[in-house]
Amino acid sequence: VMFNGLCLKGFWLYSVCAMRDTILNSHLAAAHGLSDEQKEFQKMAFDFAAHEMSPHMAEWDEKEIFPVETMRKAAQLGFGGIYVQPEVGGSGLSRLDTSVIFEALSTGCVSTTAYISIHNMCNWMIDTFGNTEQREKFCPELCTMDKFASYCLTEPGSGSDAASLLTTAKLEGHHYILNGSKAFISGGGDTDVYIVMCRTGGKGPKGISCVVVEKDTPGLSFGKKEKKVGWNSQPTRAVILEDCHVPVTNRLGQEGQGFNIAMRGLNGGRINIASCSLGAAHACVQLARDHLLVRKQFGEALSNNQFLQFKLAEMATKLVASRLLLREAAVALQESRSDAVSLCSMAKLFVTDECFNICNQALQMHGGYGYLKDYAVQQFVRDIRVHQILEGTNEVMRMIIARSLLSESG
Amino acid sequence: MSRVLVGVKRVIDYAVKIRVKPDHSGVVTDGVKHSMNPFCEIAVEEAVKLKEKKFIKEVVAVSCGPTQVTETIRTALAMGCDRGIHVEVSGKDYEAMGPLQISKIFAALAKKEEASLVILGKQAIDDDCNQTGQMTAALLDWPQGTFASEVTIDGEKVKVVREIDGGLETIKISMPAVLTADLRLNTPRYATLPNIMKAKKKKIANMKPADLGVDEPPTRLAGVKVETVDDLVAKLKANGTI
Repeated sequence: VMFNGLCLKGFWLYSVCAMRDTILNSHLAAAHGLSDEQKEFQKMAFDFAAHEMSPHMAEWDEKEIFPVETMRKAAQLGFGGIYVQPEVGGSGLSRLDTSVIFEALSTGCVSTTAYISIHNMCNWMIDTFGNTEQREKFCPELCTMDKFASYCLTEPGSGSDAASLLTTAKLEGHHYILNGSKAFISGGGDTDVYIVMCRTGGKGPKGISCVVVEKDTPGLSFGKKEKKVGWNSQPTRAVILEDCHVPVTNRLGQEGQGFNIAMRGLNGGRINIASCSLGAAHACVQLARDHLLVRKQFGEALSNNQFLQFKLAEMATKLVASRLLLREAAVALQESRSDAVSLCSMAKLFVTDECFNICNQALQMHGGYGYLKDYAVQQFVRDIRVHQILEGTNEVMRMIIARSLLSESG
Repeated sequence: MSRVLVGVKRVIDYAVKIRVKPDHSGVVTDGVKHSMNPFCEIAVEEAVKLKEKKFIKEVVAVSCGPTQVTETIRTALAMGCDRGIHVEVSGKDYEAMGPLQISKIFAALAKKEEASLVILGKQAIDDDCNQTGQMTAALLDWPQGTFASEVTIDGEKVKVVREIDGGLETIKISMPAVLTADLRLNTPRYATLPNIMKAKKKKIANMKPADLGVDEPPTRLAGVKVETVDDLVAKLKANGTI
């Protein structure tokens, strides 16, 4: 049966907005175990996602719009520096609070939420490793999102083997001269502040430093905007450095500390990315459930089919399991527990994999309709696919976990 | 011009699919998402805006009901109200409670708190009564500006643009007064993360209707069904109603 395009579009908008209503009440309840305050954060983030993001999610994807105004609205609510210190404009919340917030925002648009999380990670790195001048110069404007940030570690020749990066930073007087290129940089070309990991010393991680490169610095240029399967509400470009002069005062921390700073940033980044996957999966379980109740074949609703009932049950179980692991990892990171790095890697690995499967199965349950862009489920699938790859591939996560298990202290 | 009372009601969230209980005694409320009545959100927003414009010093959020309504008061505090009052009513009393009893409570509080304005939502989305604001004004013998789509303070008076059946009506009333918020009065703000955290420290006072001299609601009497209009007229004449 052919529906007219308007009818389908209306259906999609309804289902994306209406699913919000029971998100906090179903047996997938994302609110269990949270404090009253955390429930308020969550409610506010869900409301923002439902009203300010999900009506635009499809358009931002189709037209590749970087939604600056919407993100600035989010920043006014405190989402620009969620775990950054209040004295430089941040909200000073915990990793668990942050995870809850990103999970909720993600139901409105995964791609935009994921970019907001990268921005937060960069903001935190300056807040934590920067000196007073650097924190006061950069953090307030990042918290309000007057300025946007990008994280630059990956290069064409070094992805998983990040420590083998080749971008050099040669000290000359009061400047570092940067030469090299970074690949797949989220926000690249449209952002203002670039956190660049570069080589000031010898080979390996200990030769790497972290510098802040500002937009319009001579020698900073960008590659073409990449055409991606998802994450289309954020531009991705190569960042090219050709005799780019960066003041020494823009170096975060000590020379040789850069790799450590990058990895510390990523621990939190992994929790954030996994939280985005979680939000998408929750939305998809809700969409699948609603579809099963409505769609009829062989004379009855799909929800009477035992295979689909069991499949939905498995999806729900994996979702709840994912959420518990992720929140535990967030708490461990907050408390700087000795197992935090390993737990963050486990959470990123498990949650991004399971949640992709959940979203993919939800798409399958929609049958042919799941393949149409009029239905939100395909966008969730496309958007979270990359979470299994970036911020450390899920293969690298296994390396980290194995190393921790097999080390002498482990 | 010091204090405004704002009423906030905890209702089933507007987006929830309502289901009737199997015994037909009401709708399912257990485990169902509840939120602040949308018109109450608009009332809170208006009160907070008046405070930001320095027309008033303090906004007090009030809600009547069981313990759960404190969540709704907290949301009002996170939007910018200064303190809250929880008038505790639970169980059967809560189910029997209607606009008349609520208005008595608000009238008593308005006097006790020496409020210059009482701002309520025009109606609640669960019962759609549209009575509490009007009854409160009547009990206090205060002027009322209902269905407000624009509110301007002008010295000791309030100019209210009302949305009525024929269009828009502008009235000027003296304070103290009761206002009820209509849809287009404003767009409620999202609570910000810092304000949600600050709200934790704001006080919510707890009291019972009896503390305000308000009685329990009377038990609701059963009605009588009649067959024809003539029967109806006869019955109404017989009991002295007409």
